Amino acid sequence: MQALTKRSKVVVNKQLSFVEKLYLPAILGGMRITLTHLFKKSATVKYPEKKRAISNVYRGQHVLKRDENGAERCTACGLCAVACPAEAITMLSAERKKGEEALYREEKYASVYEINMLRCIFCGLCEEACPKEAIFLTNRIVPVEFERNDFIYGKDKLVEPMEKDKRIDVSIRETTEVAEFKKHNEYGHNQVWDGSKAIDTKKKKKAH
Amino acid sequence: MPKVTIDGHEIEVPKGTTILQAARMIGPEVAPPAMCYYSKLKTSGGYCRTCIVKVTKGSAQNPNPMPKPVASCRTEVMDGMEVANFTSPDLLEARKGVVEFLLINHPLDCPICDQAGECDLQNLGYEHGAAKTRYDFERRTFEKIDIGNKVQLHMTRCILCYRCVKTADQLCSNRVHGVLNRGDVSEISTYIQNAIDNEWSGNVIDVCPVGALTDKTFRFKSRVWFTKPVDAHRDCKTCAGKARIWFKGEEVLRVTGRKDQWGEVQDWICNDCRFEKKKVSDWTIEGPSHIDRHSVIAQNHYELQNLKLDVGRQLNKLAGEAEKNNTNTSTKKATAKK
Repeated sequence: MQALTKRSKVVVNKQLSFVEKLYLPAILGGMRITLTHLFKKSATVKYPEKKRAISNVYRGQHVLKRDENGAERCTACGLCAVACPAEAITMLSAERKKGEEALYREEKYASVYEINMLRCIFCGLCEEACPKEAIFLTNRIVPVEFERNDFIYGKDKLVEPMEKDKRIDVSIRETTEVAEFKKHNEYGHNQVWDGSKAIDTKKKKKAH
Repeated sequence: MPKVTIDGHEIEVPKGTTILQAARMIGPEVAPPAMCYYSKLKTSGGYCRTCIVKVTKGSAQNPNPMPKPVASCRTEVMDGMEVANFTSPDLLEARKGVVEFLLINHPLDCPICDQAGECDLQNLGYEHGAAKTRYDFERRTFEKIDIGNKVQLHMTRCILCYRCVKTADQLCSNRVHGVLNRGDVSEISTYIQNAIDNEWSGNVIDVCPVGALTDKTFRFKSRVWFTKPVDAHRDCKTCAGKARIWFKGEEVLRVTGRKDQWGEVQDWICNDCRFEKKKVSDWTIEGPSHIDRHSVIAQNHYELQNLKLDVGRQLNKLAGEAEKNNTNTSTKKATAKK
């Protein structure tokens, strides 16, 4: 019969010899390999107790940063969600009320911010899209859970703690290019606008 | 009928047509952008200078070029006029300067602004690549004024295009808002802070090219690119009832007028339709709205027409391939027979 592909091999049904029929040499050979591996260095680590060294710029669990005064930087602009190729990010926004200036930096803030860690592919595009330097990926590994719902991280898990010593340092993720860009005040990005410094138009009118 | 040539396209237009209107008749590839001109509002235009064009030949009688760029929304065409818009690098440079001027006092709060994603000024800035600002002084800021529970005014974002003033003038029976003061302290405001409560007043939101006037019922509800625009109509006693409704899931987040390719509303809609009718049952849905594919709103937005085109194209392709195969096999058969 003609072979269907060039790679096909003709199977030979060879009769086993007496020694081969005993199977013992083959079994012993296999056992020898297994036993030698018992004395070799293990290729794996026992994960929760022992952690493998990872890069400082490893892209793991996200953090929502606060600014120097402890106010949340995120303004729910939705650019991370629109940049996300896995559509893992969802958010709802709300208006900042009077007296909440210390909590939220801008007029608008994210009242709900959720990342589905099962959907997330840790590509870092959200971090790149963020105009407020609010979201960063850190070198923390997302822990294992038993329920699917537990992988949907809300603001309780994402926003960094208020205490200064518990803040998460992400300065390592700032590349030299970014540091250089930030020095330029002429880019609108780097200018800080303080809305509270509104000019009293009536006063100005008198001056004119 | 005067003949005018814009960027090499010749067109014959009725007397009294402006250069901008003539350019729009030719098409979007030559039409200059406009921030203050609005074809549906009389006497609009002439404030923003975005639509400047270079007149390289004044007319057949007087072929001299005009000494400096002219505002195309206010300049009427002459017979034999030749106009350069996108073909003139000098003019594009000049327009970039205009954009820079418009952005001088405009705050960079696009991440907060509800208009972001459908903002004319954002598009204009993006098209002209104005990422840098050379302005070092403090920007013009205003105290917040409450102008009613339907329309939100952010005076800091205003570029003083006067469109909303003309809308209120020409659409509403009595206008209660206008531009106060002069020069760099001029501002849009309501006189003695009256609330705008005319039934057509909501249209000022649609005409505003920036985020200075936004819908309070939609305020911070969602970013526009997460909502799905759908054309819908309803029986309305006051207006034509033709509107665009923006869905997020099953929920209607806001209602706006339908905008044409120049970003102008096709039909004015009344406040009842805009602010009160936020249930799907209020509307008869016609289908997904047409959104320019370059717009961020076109993300995950599928239009029936485009889908049909795509399917048609694929079917044609398949049919073409099938035909090719058929002819191939038939020729093979023919050769085999030989």
